[in-house]
Amino acid sequence: MPKEVPLKIAVVDESVARAAMIEEGLREAGFSDIHLLLERNGLVARLTTLAPDVVLINLENPGRDILEESFAISRALARPIAMFVDQSDERSIAEAVDAGISAYIVDGLRKERIKPILELAVRRFHAFSRLQQELSDAKSALAERKAIDKAKALLMKRRGIDEPAAYALLRKQAMDTGRRVADIAEALLTAETLLGGLS
Amino acid sequence: MSRFRIGFVPLVDAVLPIVAHALGLAAREGVSIELVRDPSWATVRDRLIYGQTDAAHLLAPLAIATAMGLDRPAVPLGAPFMLGLNGNTVTVSARVAALLGGEGGDVAATGRALAALARSEVAVGRRLRFAVVHRYSSHNYMLRYWLAASGCDPDRDVEIIVVPPPFVAEAFALGEIDGSCVGEPWNSVAVERGDAVIVAATSQIWNRGVEKLLAFRQGVLDERSEDVAALLRALHEAGRIVADPGRHEEIAALLAAPEYIGQPSDLILRALSGKLVLRHDAEITPIEDFLVLHREAANFPWRSQAMWLYSQMVRWGHAPLGEGGFEAAAAVFRPDIYRAALAGTDAILPSASAKVEGAIARSLGAGSVTGRLILGPDRFFDGVLFDPDRALDYVAAQAR
Repeated sequence: MPKEVPLKIAVVDESVARAAMIEEGLREAGFSDIHLLLERNGLVARLTTLAPDVVLINLENPGRDILEESFAISRALARPIAMFVDQSDERSIAEAVDAGISAYIVDGLRKERIKPILELAVRRFHAFSRLQQELSDAKSALAERKAIDKAKALLMKRRGIDEPAAYALLRKQAMDTGRRVADIAEALLTAETLLGGLS
Repeated sequence: MSRFRIGFVPLVDAVLPIVAHALGLAAREGVSIELVRDPSWATVRDRLIYGQTDAAHLLAPLAIATAMGLDRPAVPLGAPFMLGLNGNTVTVSARVAALLGGEGGDVAATGRALAALARSEVAVGRRLRFAVVHRYSSHNYMLRYWLAASGCDPDRDVEIIVVPPPFVAEAFALGEIDGSCVGEPWNSVAVERGDAVIVAATSQIWNRGVEKLLAFRQGVLDERSEDVAALLRALHEAGRIVADPGRHEEIAALLAAPEYIGQPSDLILRALSGKLVLRHDAEITPIEDFLVLHREAANFPWRSQAMWLYSQMVRWGHAPLGEGGFEAAAAVFRPDIYRAALAGTDAILPSASAKVEGAIARSLGAGSVTGRLILGPDRFFDGVLFDPDRALDYVAAQAR
């Protein structure tokens, strides 16, 4: 990072976890003047006091119209703020939008100072969505495991068989019908509930 | 099937693309629609200009500002189809309503009372705070037009802030705003909570006020012209269905779904049927032409509408009065594409592309390529005309 006046970066996000991930990334990349703004209330006032050089904000943040209005007014009064980088950089902006980020940048800042920040934010946003996906996958995997365990217990009790046999039964049914074991287990539990056997 | 991703903000005037999609009208024309909902206009605009969506339900002045590059690099946009005329109200807090005394009366008298109240607040060191949905919104320009013509300075005597539509009712509940100009159902939501009272409809300020449009990037209009035409035909058909009062309840129930507006259908029905409840627990007040979605060629993009908006952007310092500014604003509206797409359907195709705005006091026949075009009253409440051929005179007169 070039030895210039350090950029003051504001990260606006209602997701605390994502904001923290971006902050961490920026710090690792050598930026130190980073401010997290996590609450919608009083956002404009806090940004005005802060006067950052760069604002990173999630694309879907409902506060963006309000923010843009305040920038338009502040530009009319004193401090020019342009949205995003300049036109020559449309691809990296499109990538940011795809990742779900929007950025506001003080007019006149050199592109090469902004680009690494935007690129880093894009990577962190992608990493965050990946983590979320993994978490939701893990949750549904856990739910499936539970259903299979319950279905096995049910079969063991009803048919007087042991656990491997119960699992083999579920598995065979799944293969015969071209469905997943978890789906068979789920169907079995649903049927049992409807028929009143499960308390 | 060729797909259009269309961005929208949860508002009643997003009804045409929603109906075109949900009732299978787009599919019948050989295109498909995927709707992308966002709470704020900045997000809808960014998804459009950076290619995440192909088209967007957009504020007409925002499309003009984006195409002209007023606060960011210019992105060429075109609007071949208007999604409706008017449909917004000016709503005030219960406190301000009590001070005004009475609502739903003559809009000029209400305007004078509101302006007088605003000035008396200024005299004691306060300013009434109004919310509009965006800097570049017809809401902002209609509210300012009304206040200015009623005797108060919208920049000096009141404070106008931006609040995205879905948060306006909450802002009333928290006492953050004294008034607002926003689209439905968000006024009715605030009225229903007892926090606010509707004092005027924008249709009373300008009988045929320009409102949302369907905006495309220029490249999409050029490269997918056949598909765009098919989409416009589906939207026209959607308009025909929505204009049928017999289907209002069904359409309101559709819009109420969480993926569209996510508010009770009886509130949504008010705007669709033009039967508003101005105050909590009050009787229904019918408002003529509250939201015109189809008839009188309401979807036709008149270049003079874009020019009027630009005149207001200039008036309030939102746009410079540059050489060719009016022409650039008008160029965003694409009556040529509208005519080409709807030729051969039952749609009425006006032969002119611009008209004097505000000149019709009573319904009037107008020239059209096909069918008989009847234009309803389109007056501004103060009776002033906007002649697109004398736009600079209009700007000069308002600057006084």
